[in-house]
Amino acid sequence: MAMQLSENVVTAPSAAQTYQLRLYIAGQTPKSVLALRNLQQICEQHLQGRYQIEMIDLLQNPQLARGDQILAVPTLVRRLPEPIKKIIGDLSNTDRVLVGLDLRVRS
Amino acid sequence: MTNPTSNLDVPGHIGRGHDLAKTATGIRGLDEITGGGLPKGRPTLVCGGPGSGKTLLAVTFLVNGATRFDEPGVLMTFEENTDELASDVASLGFDFPELIAAGKLAVDYVRVERSEIEETGEYDLEGLFVRLDYAIRTVGAKRVVLDTIESLFAGLKDDGVLRAELRRLFRWLKDQGVTAVITGERGEGLLTRQGLEEYVSDAVILLDHRVHDQVSTRRLRVVKYRGSHHGTNEYPFLINADGISVLPVSSMALQHKAPLERVSSGIALLDEMLSGQGYYSGSTILVSGAAGTGKTSLAAHFLDAACRRGERCLCFLFEESPPQLLRNMRSIGVDLEPWVDTGLLQFHADRPSRYGLETHLVTMHQVVSEFTPTVVVIDPVTNLMTVGTYADVQAMLTRLIDHLKTENITAMLTSLMPGLTDIERTETTISSLMDTWIVLGNDDVGGYHRRGLYVLKSRGMAHSNEAREFTLTNQGLHMLDAAGGPRGTSEDVGPGRREGRHGHAAL
Repeated sequence: MAMQLSENVVTAPSAAQTYQLRLYIAGQTPKSVLALRNLQQICEQHLQGRYQIEMIDLLQNPQLARGDQILAVPTLVRRLPEPIKKIIGDLSNTDRVLVGLDLRVRS
Repeated sequence: MTNPTSNLDVPGHIGRGHDLAKTATGIRGLDEITGGGLPKGRPTLVCGGPGSGKTLLAVTFLVNGATRFDEPGVLMTFEENTDELASDVASLGFDFPELIAAGKLAVDYVRVERSEIEETGEYDLEGLFVRLDYAIRTVGAKRVVLDTIESLFAGLKDDGVLRAELRRLFRWLKDQGVTAVITGERGEGLLTRQGLEEYVSDAVILLDHRVHDQVSTRRLRVVKYRGSHHGTNEYPFLINADGISVLPVSSMALQHKAPLERVSSGIALLDEMLSGQGYYSGSTILVSGAAGTGKTSLAAHFLDAACRRGERCLCFLFEESPPQLLRNMRSIGVDLEPWVDTGLLQFHADRPSRYGLETHLVTMHQVVSEFTPTVVVIDPVTNLMTVGTYADVQAMLTRLIDHLKTENITAMLTSLMPGLTDIERTETTISSLMDTWIVLGNDDVGGYHRRGLYVLKSRGMAHSNEAREFTLTNQGLHMLDAAGGPRGTSEDVGPGRREGRHGHAAL
């Protein structure tokens, strides 16, 4: 599968629990820019050194939308650890993102 | 290229140039009701309850497009996964894998599971657009089906975003110039549960599945078709091994030809009563009478005569089996078996209760169109009346007779009439559709069982008003000469008034 890796990919080797995250966007829209910024902040705060972010622009790789059942954009997919989780939206609600990533228990 | 237009071809209210371009569905009957199909390049909403045939109609539209009209299609399904769907439609002879391999069909299964999705902040459904666009471009689609997009409402929490995006989606589909079918689940008080009709306003088709007296009936209605004439009735439709077919009244207006040729009834004296030449070819004849009055015998003579002329005859039996009928008719000297052997005569026997009315109707249509007879007999048509309500039966017979007339098929329907007093009540249902009506009757006088008949009406000819006695011998149905004097000048002026030697001839 062809993947588009952007300069935003951050790799943290030898982490106990590496989070493999994929952010689907459709073009550089305000929502997608905001989502990426929010995601990076959350990751730096809560997953420092143990996450990978892969960004996929569906306008360039439309065929990739099917595999992860992408409908809404932006969609963040947590591929690892399993099970796969999906978080849609611009990720501006940090609490919900943390719940979605299983980094915080749903209150 | 100029089109010679006759006066009849120019409708007064709508000029031809304003007619919408249409995309044929290839579904038997539906294209007739809609005057050519669905609005080209626009979305059509097909709604109905569970099991009403929405998905089948939509998929048939796609597959016909791919296989018959050189229009590739995209199926975006929100309900079943591709394999399940493919195996479902395989029973109808639709080969999804082959169509996909040939690049004529693209299928995308969209799965949304609310429990797996966390919603955080603003989003749109651009992902759906991307997928649809990709699928359309992959096969060069001209047709798109979204089945059933309302499922999204169960998967996503933000109704507001969803509605705005659906509105955008339907506009986008129009911009793509694809002819789309969007299915929707019937809602309470609404055509669809989520009010999709608000967004898809070009054409709306409603499917209905009712069970009446344990007999299921499917109906289709074109609720709306912007800018186009369409039949507004409910049309019965059927789903069987051949897929979906809708039964319109074959012609919306009364435009049957009126042939002047005549065909023999198979009984010389009866032909004479019908101004000497028998029935009109392509007309519809009703033969009614109580049990045992000789209705089937009259029909057998008619079939025999038609086969002797080399015409193809189709006989629907709703009471007897073909062997029973062949045996019984042989006993009165009419041997139909050779015609069955040569293939000129075909029987089609069914129990009326076996199907709903519309299934009978569609089956009869199919058998007629496959066998291409010039003569059709239905014996007895009244047995079908046990299957549906009065109005339903009338509608069905109207459609059937209309179809037979359009095809210029001479049809004889026998009607079991319990007694004289019931003539009006039982048969007003269908009598107005009949060109010729022959009434048979019994009478017991002085230990003799007498049979008689008279022609109650026969449009377009000077028919006899006499009631005539006949006997059923092993040489066939034998009509006795009118009492005294030359025919037509006897003292009889109508049924039931005869006295004397041949008296009580009928009724």
